[in-house]
Amino acid sequence: MSDTLDKISHLLTQLREKLTPDAEAADRFRSIAEKIGLLRGIEGIKKRQSALDDLRVELLGKAGVITAQLKSLGKLPPDQRKSVGEFVNRAKQQIESAVADFKSSLDEAAFEKRLAEERIDVTLPGRDADLGSIHPITRTLDRIGEIFARLGYVQADGPEIEDDYHNFEALNFPPHHPARAMHDTFYFPDGKLLRTHTSPVQIRAMKNAKPPLRIIAPGKVYRSDSDQTHSPMFHQVEGLLVDETSSFADLKGTLSEFLRAFFERDLEMMFKPTYFPFVEPGADVVIRWQLPDGSSRWLEVLGCGMVHPTVLKACGIDSERYTGFAFGMGAERLAMLRYGVTDLRAFFENDVRFLAQFA
Amino acid sequence: MKFSENWLRSLVDLSADTATLERRFNMIGHEVESLERLGASLDGVVVAEIVACEKHPQADKLQVCTVSVGNAQLQIVCGAPNARAGLKAPLAIIGAILPNGIEIKKAALRGVESNGMLCSAKELGIDADASGLLELASDAPAGKALSDYLGLPDNVIELGLTPNRADCLSLRGIAIDVAAAFDAKRKFDAIDPIAPKSKRTIDVKLNADADCPRYVGRVIEGVNPNADTPLWMSERLRRSGIRPISILVDITQYVMLELGQPMHAYDAAKLNGAIEVRRARKDEKTKLLDGRDYTLTPEYLVIADAKESVGLAGIMGGLDSRVTDTTRDIFLEAAHFAPATIMGRARNLALHTDASHRFERGVDPELPRIAMERATQLVLSIAGGTAGPIGEAAIEASLPKRHAVALRRTRLSRVLGITVPDADVERILTALDMNVERTSDGWRATPPTRRFDIEIEEDLIEEVARIHGYDNVPTHAPSGELALHLRPESEVAMSRLNLQLASSGYREAICYSFVAPELLEKWSLADGAVALANPLSADLAVMRTSLLPGLVEILQSNRNRQQERVRLFESGLVFNNASGELKQSPNIAAVACGRAQPESWTGDKRVVDFYDVKADVENLLRLGGGKRAIEFRPSSCAWLHPGRSADVVVDGAIIGIVGGLHPRLLKALDIDEDIQVFELDVASVTAGRVPRARPISRFPSVRRDIAIVVPDSVPYASIETTVRRALGAALSDLLVFDQYQGPNLGSGVKSLAIGLILQDDSRTLTDQDADSFVSRAVTALEQECHARLRG
Repeated sequence: MSDTLDKISHLLTQLREKLTPDAEAADRFRSIAEKIGLLRGIEGIKKRQSALDDLRVELLGKAGVITAQLKSLGKLPPDQRKSVGEFVNRAKQQIESAVADFKSSLDEAAFEKRLAEERIDVTLPGRDADLGSIHPITRTLDRIGEIFARLGYVQADGPEIEDDYHNFEALNFPPHHPARAMHDTFYFPDGKLLRTHTSPVQIRAMKNAKPPLRIIAPGKVYRSDSDQTHSPMFHQVEGLLVDETSSFADLKGTLSEFLRAFFERDLEMMFKPTYFPFVEPGADVVIRWQLPDGSSRWLEVLGCGMVHPTVLKACGIDSERYTGFAFGMGAERLAMLRYGVTDLRAFFENDVRFLAQFA
Repeated sequence: MKFSENWLRSLVDLSADTATLERRFNMIGHEVESLERLGASLDGVVVAEIVACEKHPQADKLQVCTVSVGNAQLQIVCGAPNARAGLKAPLAIIGAILPNGIEIKKAALRGVESNGMLCSAKELGIDADASGLLELASDAPAGKALSDYLGLPDNVIELGLTPNRADCLSLRGIAIDVAAAFDAKRKFDAIDPIAPKSKRTIDVKLNADADCPRYVGRVIEGVNPNADTPLWMSERLRRSGIRPISILVDITQYVMLELGQPMHAYDAAKLNGAIEVRRARKDEKTKLLDGRDYTLTPEYLVIADAKESVGLAGIMGGLDSRVTDTTRDIFLEAAHFAPATIMGRARNLALHTDASHRFERGVDPELPRIAMERATQLVLSIAGGTAGPIGEAAIEASLPKRHAVALRRTRLSRVLGITVPDADVERILTALDMNVERTSDGWRATPPTRRFDIEIEEDLIEEVARIHGYDNVPTHAPSGELALHLRPESEVAMSRLNLQLASSGYREAICYSFVAPELLEKWSLADGAVALANPLSADLAVMRTSLLPGLVEILQSNRNRQQERVRLFESGLVFNNASGELKQSPNIAAVACGRAQPESWTGDKRVVDFYDVKADVENLLRLGGGKRAIEFRPSSCAWLHPGRSADVVVDGAIIGIVGGLHPRLLKALDIDEDIQVFELDVASVTAGRVPRARPISRFPSVRRDIAIVVPDSVPYASIETTVRRALGAALSDLLVFDQYQGPNLGSGVKSLAIGLILQDDSRTLTDQDADSFVSRAVTALEQECHARLRG
């Protein structure tokens, strides 16, 4: 930096010697030389910038000493004009460039200083970061819905306070049938009940729309049972397909694909005959599940079957022309397996430390 | 249904091992719920006879027994209370290792040498009974290996039978399915009729039509009710979970297990006159075998003699007519009761018996006579006596009939998605005792009378699939026609609402839909609440009328776990019957307490307030798009803070509330801080519009700020409405950027700073334009809101 100032001083000295200025101009040269001297001693980038700016005006401004010298060239004898003119112009350019260099070095220093001042601790937490969470059961229901949406299934729902007709009778459970005993039912004094499964949505869907049908119905269901492995309220997802070609092989294909997609891996699975009054043939789907200790066991994850012709007929669907399959699954069981939740009750305790794990 | 595997194997020619059998049970629809191994390690345990017993010289509770094992006598010290001379009991000899791991060594007990251990059933791992030595029959051969004597090792298999398969509630029924599944031969002993040796009969009158279309009875005179139950029978009963009681009762139980026919033995001397099957009379009293008195209604079917009812048909026999150890002549009953007559009746009386379990699912109507012959055979051979003729009363027309069911080849492959070879179909149906005829397009199969579950073509398809194996059905993707009925775009997805709230820091909770009635009372939300008839507990007795009481409870429980800032939301149905018509409507609600922002180094310590939560409501309402008239009017809701709550009004209808809870409610809930809440009707929030794009003005907007002073009573909403009305389309936006109340303004007034964003679609607004709009706004505010410009 002082090199630049030295250079300017040197150029000014050369200029003064060459031009032999008048007394007034000589004073100005002297005063500029002093200012350059002062500038060397100034601390602080802003002050230096401002002093440099003043210096530039005195040298090169409209009334600057060099500008004045250029104007006075006309007073020189014609034979000197050209050589002195060239000399002054060259000196002016060199001074301009030196001043510009000096200015940009000062600007750069100012910039560096500002950046240094603006440095912050980027490791401090962001301001007001506040993300909530979606309940793992909702997350599970959403994923199941999304998988079946890709297979053309449309969401449907139904009331939770149901009547006996939709929850049992239309699903081929006659009154007092022992199969009803498998459903510990909550009743209301007027005979209505809390639906014990999402299957009544099948009935509503088939009565509301004509085949082909592909519906998926997630929702709350209720059974009068409460212990470590039973909650009086839990969630099921019901699926139903009715068309002119569906078969038990299609049902197996659909559910195998679903389980593979849900768990994102190939699973060993088995379809075991079982009995639900509203399907025939009926099956439980079990998967082989690896336990942390390395052993494995078969776990029931789904119930399914071909829609019983009696059910199709109850919904006004020609059971000769149409066949269909239905399936139902417990969201809690699937969520527990998927996310490694070991206690069913955690889903309904709603401890935020639990919920926070499912952002 | 629980039974001995050895018993099953005696009925089917089966070479498969136990593991294969277990797997196959599962694959034909009979889930193996448990498999318990019995007597796997009883080497060194023999039948022993206690020849003599003396008191131990040093210990009160011990006896020194001399025990015979046939060819030798041993001295055994024993502490069992039932050790006595003459008893036959199992003896573990020196070197034996019991199933519980105990190794038998020569020992001295309190100075007396003992050369083995007399065992209880529990010590041998064959029963839970640890009360004393396992008492063996008096004819048990001393010295014989106990496992040979008891028929061990064996497995107790328990099947979880589905309610449609009552035919498998017997060993023979299970054996038929197993034989079909393994294509194996059955080994059923013939049950021959027994010729009567006496003439004694008891008349039976059927007075209940289809409820009881068949009743078979037989008198056997001169039986010995105290005969020992043979070991093979008591062991089979025991392994089926039935404790042997006495020979006559045990025989009826055994026949039920073997064949599936519940039976009953009466003491013939206690019966008066003819037997009648009839409906119970109103308030008819009866005392059953369990010793309890029951008051019946005509809903129940009873067996009665000329005097009174002697049993509750298909459920339980009567106490007074039961067989006892003084009974000489018995009357055996094997009847058919229609499932509909029995269903639910036992449950209504809080009873569940092996008989009711079978009858309500359906028992073979052709079985009573066969069962009677089998029972007679067992009684005569074990307890002696002279059998009378079989008396049978039947109403042929009311007996359930099995009709032929058609099975079409094409339907079979359509439903299963696989072609099963004809020969396999025929083999399977025939193995299940169906009478199969070929037809032009398939078969006609008549099921056996025990198969109540076979009525239509699909029932046969299931039988074929089950025995053929679900594993043999391929997996295939559905190829049927697709009709998409999608959610309209205008409707905001529930998942979008959930994500919006989660993005604002709320955590989703799921609470029970039923709550304590007292909780709703505290909230003044009990009006219209629907109560369950059979709640699990008083805490879960009524359906929620609002999501908030449950959410606030969860908020509290989290606060009690050192969570200071809690924000929760839930969506779900609320239930209300106040209008007389039950409404089940989806709501979405949220609760928040603690700081407005999570605690942080940035130091914003403000507590969440009305306006924070209101913003969350406003954001939810924005998701639907479009321009709906949204207002927040001071709420008069009883459980909200009267000055800090609002009804949320969309297009003139109240769709929810937002605000702080009433201090009185907080006190009643024992909460010592403010809680902000909102609850909205989901349908109103999700009802949106498909966006329609408008062109953006190419001309710059002008902003003018004004500060006005208005009376406290003037709500901001009136000011906004006034300005919007005054400026019309020229006002592109309006914002309030300051509110001030203070001493230098005077009391009863407040100052608001308002920014007006003015814009025209067709030209650039000049300063004069802007000035004139501002003065128009100010004039309107002066006239309508008692406002003045703040000088």
